[in-house]
Amino acid sequence: MLEIEIDGKAVRVPGGSTVMDAAAVAGVYIPHFCYHKKLSIAASCRMCLVQVEKAPKPLPACATPVTDGMKVWTRSEAAVKAQQGVMEFLLINHPLDCPICDQGGECQLQDLSVGYGGAQSRYAEEKRVVFNKNFGPLVASDATRCINCTRCVRFTTEIGGLMELGQAFRGERAEIMSFVERTIDSELSGNIIDLCPVGALTSKPFRFSARAWELSRRRSVSPHDAFGANLIVQTKHDVVKRVLPFANEELNECWISDKDRFSYEALSSGERLTQPMIRRDDTWQPVSWQAALALAAGCLRDVIQDHGAAALGALASPHATVEELHLLQKLVRGLGSENIDARLRQRDFRADALRAGAPWLGMAVADIHDHLDRLLVIGSFLRKDAPLLAQKVRHSAHRHGLQVSAIGPSGEDWLIPITARALVAPSAMVATLAAVAAALAEESGKAISETLAARLPDKDALTEDVRAIARSLASGEKVAVWLGNLAVQHAQAAELHLWAQEIARLAGEGQAGGRLGFIGEAANSVGLYLAHALPGAQGLNAWTMITAPRKAYVLLGVEPDLDCADGVAAMAALAQAQRVVALATFASPALREVADVLLPLAPFTETSGTYVNCEGRAQSFNAVAVAPGEVRPGWKVLRVLGNLLGLAGFEQESSQAVCEEVLGGDFRARLNNVIGDVPPSTPRSFSATPVPGVLQRVADIPIHFADPLVRHAPALQKTADAAAPVLRLSRNTLDSLGLKAGETVRVKGADAGVAGVELQLVVDETVAHGCARVAAAHPDTVALGPLTGELIVERI
Amino acid sequence: MSAHALILAGLDGDRTWRLQDYVARGGYAALKKIVAEKTPPDAIIAELKASGLRGRGGAGFPTGLKWSFMPRAFPGDKYLACNSDEGEPGTFKDRDILRYNPHAVIEGMIIGAWAMGCTRGYNYIHGEIFEIYRRFEEALAEARAAGLLGRNILGSDFSFELFAHHGYGAYICGEETALLESIEGKKGQPRFKPPFPASFGIYGKPTTINNTETFASVPFILGMGGEAFLNLGKPNNGGTKIFSISGHVNRPGNYELNLGTPFAELLELAGGIRGGRKLKAVIPGGSSSPVLPANIIMDCTLDYDAISKAGSMLGSGAVIVMDESTCMVKALERLSYFYHEESCGQCTPCREGTGWLYRVVHRIEHGLGRPGDVDLLKSVAGNIMGRTICALGDAAAMPVQGFVKHFGDEFAYHIEHKQCLVPRGVQDAGSQIYVSPSC
Amino acid sequence: MILTPETLQEFDREIAKYPAGEQRSAVMACLALAQRELGWLSPETIEFVANYLGMAPIAAWEVASFYNMYDLAPVGRHKITVCTNLPCALSGGVHAAEYLKKKLGIGFDETTPDGKFTLKEGECMGACGDAPVLLHNNHRMCSFMTKERIDQLLAELEKQ
Repeated sequence: MLEIEIDGKAVRVPGGSTVMDAAAVAGVYIPHFCYHKKLSIAASCRMCLVQVEKAPKPLPACATPVTDGMKVWTRSEAAVKAQQGVMEFLLINHPLDCPICDQGGECQLQDLSVGYGGAQSRYAEEKRVVFNKNFGPLVASDATRCINCTRCVRFTTEIGGLMELGQAFRGERAEIMSFVERTIDSELSGNIIDLCPVGALTSKPFRFSARAWELSRRRSVSPHDAFGANLIVQTKHDVVKRVLPFANEELNECWISDKDRFSYEALSSGERLTQPMIRRDDTWQPVSWQAALALAAGCLRDVIQDHGAAALGALASPHATVEELHLLQKLVRGLGSENIDARLRQRDFRADALRAGAPWLGMAVADIHDHLDRLLVIGSFLRKDAPLLAQKVRHSAHRHGLQVSAIGPSGEDWLIPITARALVAPSAMVATLAAVAAALAEESGKAISETLAARLPDKDALTEDVRAIARSLASGEKVAVWLGNLAVQHAQAAELHLWAQEIARLAGEGQAGGRLGFIGEAANSVGLYLAHALPGAQGLNAWTMITAPRKAYVLLGVEPDLDCADGVAAMAALAQAQRVVALATFASPALREVADVLLPLAPFTETSGTYVNCEGRAQSFNAVAVAPGEVRPGWKVLRVLGNLLGLAGFEQESSQAVCEEVLGGDFRARLNNVIGDVPPSTPRSFSATPVPGVLQRVADIPIHFADPLVRHAPALQKTADAAAPVLRLSRNTLDSLGLKAGETVRVKGADAGVAGVELQLVVDETVAHGCARVAAAHPDTVALGPLTGELIVERI
Repeated sequence: MSAHALILAGLDGDRTWRLQDYVARGGYAALKKIVAEKTPPDAIIAELKASGLRGRGGAGFPTGLKWSFMPRAFPGDKYLACNSDEGEPGTFKDRDILRYNPHAVIEGMIIGAWAMGCTRGYNYIHGEIFEIYRRFEEALAEARAAGLLGRNILGSDFSFELFAHHGYGAYICGEETALLESIEGKKGQPRFKPPFPASFGIYGKPTTINNTETFASVPFILGMGGEAFLNLGKPNNGGTKIFSISGHVNRPGNYELNLGTPFAELLELAGGIRGGRKLKAVIPGGSSSPVLPANIIMDCTLDYDAISKAGSMLGSGAVIVMDESTCMVKALERLSYFYHEESCGQCTPCREGTGWLYRVVHRIEHGLGRPGDVDLLKSVAGNIMGRTICALGDAAAMPVQGFVKHFGDEFAYHIEHKQCLVPRGVQDAGSQIYVSPSC
Repeated sequence: MILTPETLQEFDREIAKYPAGEQRSAVMACLALAQRELGWLSPETIEFVANYLGMAPIAAWEVASFYNMYDLAPVGRHKITVCTNLPCALSGGVHAAEYLKKKLGIGFDETTPDGKFTLKEGECMGACGDAPVLLHNNHRMCSFMTKERIDQLLAELEKQ
């Protein structure tokens, strides 16, 4: 520890601390612009100049290392003179447009100029003008206001992982720009708005819609991916105007992804369902809640009466709250059915009978930095599926030497250095994991489990890629193996789980080995297990509910064409059902087509609720805005429906009371990734031998189509990540089909039996040979049918 | 050239730069001796310390001391960099050293690598002297072919790789950490120190950077002994120094003189002031050093301490001579434009302040000066001085401070009368195209 | 491929000067080589160089826009850069530039209508003793440029 005196206050700080760090400990504020605790030190704005004993010149607090016995004055005459000088320089070319600047009221330059700026400018020359840039639909540029602190540049490079911005030219002409007017396409881009200390980068969707001081700040939790970033939702007159990160050092730090930040726009979408509707003579009619709920209860009762309880199925969104999921499963079970599921995009449910608990990340997010040196990611679009988790991994890879390996049919760039990768078709993934286990057993000297020993592949399967993965894993001490969304949605998901468990056991220290984890697809991928929104032993899972159609369905927050493992089958199943009751936030065309009753469901901003994130952190939140029209919180709707159906256990007075039923006691003890032995299988969806022109589908869920909220957020829909789906094939695959890049082809699902869709061909060397990557969850590709399976590509 | 010349001695223009010529002048003897005798690094550094050699690039830091800063037991590569990014107005000595005696630099660097355990080196050469860069590459090829560079130098187990890296038009890269950034393929924006290059240099590895002339002096010091070198100059100002003299003299050029030689002697060597005019002022150490009026400089000797005492800096030894036909406001305007143009844009005081300084001087020069402008200049320069990451801020401020201090009346005249104190015609005559008859 | 194999060979020679994985260090040399071949650096050229060296295009753009010998817009076949900095100006640098402007009928940063000549004002080239000094196409330094020598140079370039 070093002792330092700042403005007369003595503090002790660890070696390697800067004066800025020490000032934070001492509670002394030192003005600054370029310094940011999460970014590298630039020391360029010079606003944090302070006086240091024996130093002939003022020194920047952000970059000056503390030495023992150092004495610092941050408000001495010399320090203040230096700070005032810098402030004057910052202001000479800064426009005096505060009244029309969106940053007004929350501008560091504005705030500090009050303390350090002069009343009158001594600068009598013409001010600099810098042309604005088009950075895309999310970030607005007012380049003349830029003070060249380069926080945004450092963010894209250090946190985003890709240098999308730079400071070009030099001297007074230096300006922040992208390469030839490119948009900023990072899924984390909105963070540069928060980082910008002036009004040079502001939120495009938020622009001019409110003043910072008019906004109320309320805490919330991201309803999107399984990371569960903490949010501040800002409202004006109870309408959400802006979403910002709530800093949580254990989780999202001070970052959020763009979908966390900009999905609020969907709250005012014209497609919002704002009152209960019923289908009458094929037209939709608004009705009172009373009438709608009575009709819904009647429908369900009638169907059960006529066809038995097993004729009822319930499909819930994994983005629904713990409370909603719990009451829905209670309702379905109360009616005598075990057909409920929220794992809508899954295909293989064999693990249900074999798992020991709720699948989760297997570790705390905060432990990635300090407690991981090797990571194997299986079947994941990590960067787009879990942007902030990817950022943690990226940070560890860059700063702490974490080695990352990957197995899967797509090797798209995660902006993370990859030590080893096996790029293999979905049908080869199980065999590849087995090969990695075999190679790892050789490397580590641990024995393969008895039950799996007989299923090891022969030596030929131990390719160089496989061995490189095994070598990397074996060389680490703290190892994790993560299964991504593609692995979970895989037709052999249970076997992938089994082999991943084996790999984790063989890797890492001691008999226990490394940690097995699931990245998780949705805000409540873990919570849905805890809420038991799962079929019972006799019940049907999400896949069988659509392949063995029911007579009646309850849908909770589901857009069936886009949210299910097979949109075509889901729509067919719902279309043939006698009754479909849907709780929904948006009246999507698909729902209007198949539902009989539409009940307006409050999104996360308009209800209280709880999500359990990937690391098993239960995060409750309250409503932050007033629901429009007749929209009601889902837990209340389900509770009333339970009452109407005369079911017991629907007397809760608050969402907390509902939550208590699920998460009361030590719910974390129910998190467990262990799986029992899964017998080997050859899934029907893969042909035993390749058929010419038939390709295995690799379906990514585009980041801004993954849930109903993002689909209805206009600015997100204008980003590069929301571009129309294309057909991605490797050059080899393309050549073997005799097709050309750029060509538009007809693509059919081998099982869909429908006309198929037309897609443009793009050469993509990150796609495994014999595979076709086509996005799912997108209206353009619904007709392709199942996420897993085969596609037929034909020339038009 | 002075009789005492070392680096520039025995050269015959473009005809004697090759390896064989250098060897004929006694070149590489020092290196061969070191390799043959396995001279311990400490002995070399001790010799440099004894020589009183100070960095010839401008800062004048003792070279032996700098070399002793390199960590001894560092696993992996250590780097050596030669700063030949000569772009400080008035300075043109390194160009001639590289042009006529490149092997002296190469030998000096190899000896440096031996003394500091460096495995790789780069000579960063000013982009505008591209022909010299090419010649240096040829010289490197000669040295490699002769076993003087590369693996197992002269059959020993000592290896050192040396390459040339060219700039492409940025004065700031003469700043040593900007130079490192530039070698790494980045913009030449200086780094904040600490960490210093000796612990975090090229690619984050320990690195020592010296000026071209500094390296070129090394073989001579080891040849003649540190003390003999020191005795050429005066205490704390050892050896010879190349002075680049430009401006209103009859024979501009490079003159290698013992440190401590009177300025008057250099002026005489350079043929005195052109056209029989009177000396007005001299910038003694490159454009960033404060200007000195004739009466002060004529009493100075040319060494670090004497020039410093007179209120300026010996710097790189670039002597810019201005006669009575010079308008000092116009002269400062051009220099201020230069610093404004060359500011890297990284830190606020320099990025914003250099343009402000230039615009105010420009305004005064063009008859638009206002009362209070001289005070404004002093204040803005004062706000830049000592507040920036690198020395460019100081380099921009010091000329302003020097010109205003010694020639304040000319600035006042400009502001009051909206015109130059020196009549236009006189200025024009003084700045006509002049080429020395010997060229 | 927008550059000749010969130029790419030179790229590789430059890259070889730096340790493995540090090929980005060659960006200045490669941009200079690309400019030598193509006359100026278009965004496409800069991106090509960036991709060749495995660096972000914006990082190469930062470099190309920082160093003033790179031309980010087309220039005449002969780019003449005259130093007008103080030491040169004291020995006629400005007058030499004025003479060039008059002879070519263009100002600084302009190109003759026939596309042959572009005139630029330069900063210190480190050759103040040779004033007036100018650079032809970045790589050839012309010293002691009296009016007669300027006439000779222009006549020589006119023929090329």
